[in-house]
Amino acid sequence: MTKKAKKGRITVDREFCKGCYLCISVCPTGSIGISGTLNQKGYYPVEFLDGKNQGEESRCTGCTTCAIVCPDVAIEVYRE
Amino acid sequence: MNEKVLMRGSHVIAESAIRAGCRFYAGYPITPQNEFTEYMASAMAGLEDGTFIQAESEIAAINMVIGASMAGARAMTSSSSPGISLKQEGISFLAAQELPAVIVNTMRGGPGMGNIAPSQGDYFQATRGGGHGDYRTIVLAPGGGQELADLTGKAFDYADRYRTPVVILADGMMGQMMEPVVLHKAVDPAELPPKPWRLSGAAGRPSRYIRSLLLDIAQEEERNWKLARKYDNITREIPRAESYLTEDARLVVVACGTAARIAKGAIKRVREIGLKVGLFRPITLWPYPKRALCELSRSVREYLVFEMNTGQMVEDVKLSLEGRGNVHFYGRPGGSVATPDEIAKVVNSLYHRQRLEEES
Amino acid sequence: MEKKVFERPRYLKKASTHYCPGCGHSILHRLVAEVIEELGIGERTIGVPPAGCAVLAYDYIDVDMGEAPHGRGAALATGIKRVLPDRIVFSYQGDGDIAAIGTAETIHAANRGERITVIFVNNGCYGMTGGQMAPTTVTGQLSTTTPGGRVPLRDGYPVDLSEMLAVAKGTVYIERTSVTSPKNILRTKRAITKAFRTQIDGLGFSLVEVLSPCPTNWKLSPVEAARWAEETMTKTYPLKVIKDLTGTPGQDGN
Repeated sequence: MTKKAKKGRITVDREFCKGCYLCISVCPTGSIGISGTLNQKGYYPVEFLDGKNQGEESRCTGCTTCAIVCPDVAIEVYRE
Repeated sequence: MNEKVLMRGSHVIAESAIRAGCRFYAGYPITPQNEFTEYMASAMAGLEDGTFIQAESEIAAINMVIGASMAGARAMTSSSSPGISLKQEGISFLAAQELPAVIVNTMRGGPGMGNIAPSQGDYFQATRGGGHGDYRTIVLAPGGGQELADLTGKAFDYADRYRTPVVILADGMMGQMMEPVVLHKAVDPAELPPKPWRLSGAAGRPSRYIRSLLLDIAQEEERNWKLARKYDNITREIPRAESYLTEDARLVVVACGTAARIAKGAIKRVREIGLKVGLFRPITLWPYPKRALCELSRSVREYLVFEMNTGQMVEDVKLSLEGRGNVHFYGRPGGSVATPDEIAKVVNSLYHRQRLEEES
Repeated sequence: MEKKVFERPRYLKKASTHYCPGCGHSILHRLVAEVIEELGIGERTIGVPPAGCAVLAYDYIDVDMGEAPHGRGAALATGIKRVLPDRIVFSYQGDGDIAAIGTAETIHAANRGERITVIFVNNGCYGMTGGQMAPTTVTGQLSTTTPGGRVPLRDGYPVDLSEMLAVAKGTVYIERTSVTSPKNILRTKRAITKAFRTQIDGLGFSLVEVLSPCPTNWKLSPVEAARWAEETMTKTYPLKVIKDLTGTPGQDGN
């Protein structure tokens, strides 16, 4: 990951996420993980690993791949 | 601008539908009502805003009508008995989705493939809803001639007013018979009352949908009660019947449609030999003109129900009278058409068997 | 300066769907909503949802919608379109709906060249009723009514409806895509766009068949289901432009 890579981030609507984890399977930078707490529907939703979880800077580039495969439109993507 | 013309019955219904503003027709060939479909094909072709589709099946035809009705058109289909069976799912959806439409059934002999002769075998099917679920359709039974024109216009008005499918019950004899009629003035569809519920694309308003699925049981129960309330209103507002020579009658023949015409001929014959016999002819079969029939029971005790089936409307007569009269039945099913002489004999024998001539 | 680069499309209601995790319907609903927004036809589009899981599409896609009896979407859409020819009318139908009970309605609407667009969701099973064999269930595939797998000479061969429809002279554009990978999802969106354009241009009947995972009835995880569709289903139903008489460039610039 060069310094020139675009910086991105995502937000996850915990209540819309149904825990299918398709986003995790396609994320090229490993920036999405599984939350440790259930949502109201009883799923473990995904969460954005914004760097803290990995002990390093987020590698997310805002490529939107996760949002494209998300069946539940639970992900919004931002890019610098 | 009302003109008197000589037309066959099926053409009278078709032309009257166009004049009532019907601009969408989908149908499928079946005897004995092909003249109807053929008339619609040429009539719609002559209208810029008219659509005629020869559908691939009766099922497709009724579903095209559902779509056209959703889009706000005065839409109709027609068929004969077996074809109407195929349309029943669609008619049930029309009732559930509260969509107006007019369905003409030119009844033929049944059950099964049956034959192509005139019959009234579909009385139950029409008046009891016909398809699945708890619903009714308005059922109109023209007696032929002028009434074919009058009731066709009414059918579209009722369908729109109550947002419900309306069935016109005819038969092949009525469809073929040439009679003079005065056609109604043509209505411009653009001048009909707007349908604020129709689907037209959500321009300048929130989107809407028309559905019949209600998974929530409480909502579905409420929808059923809402329909029931509507049916109650219809039952109060539109029952119609004709009474003929009933003022002094000791025996009343109850018959509808073509059977009523035959009965009228029979009554004329028995009146000539002094029998006091009248005719009660329901024009709306659902709602059944219960009150009018009930009122007759103040002066009449004996009823002969004559049908071109093995006994269907006779149940409505009994339900209407609730024991206030003796109900007899005579039927000719399977496409057999009784003559007025035959019915006159049946009336005559019943009249004497019940010793009605001895009453003063 | 940070920009939002992906958000819920305008014509997709802000509602959590009733679909199972990993269901292709949800992705497809979003794509339809995105295309409607991008083509600027949201105020003149009328949809026809089917019987099946997608019957509740009107709870999600924010355009006028009229529910069809099982299988009759093409006939019902025909009725709407003929009365309102300047509206954009689409039906949304599953494989059992379109390729079993509604085959006649579909083929004849196609043959008449009705100016409608059909979104045909192929998940190889009857999803809402619990995973019975569909006309499109592939050979050997398990279902609740083919417990040992589909045997063609007992259960019939998988029906290739899109190829059948391509034979009809009234069809203008038919493509098979899938919603099983980011690339194929974007392909599906382009196909839907083209299908709607075909209708907007008044050319004739257009249809997009979309291979769509049903993880619940396939008894696979969402990720496994997507992979199964990509690897196995596409052997019977290859992803391709089946017919294109639009005269405009296709997916791969062809």
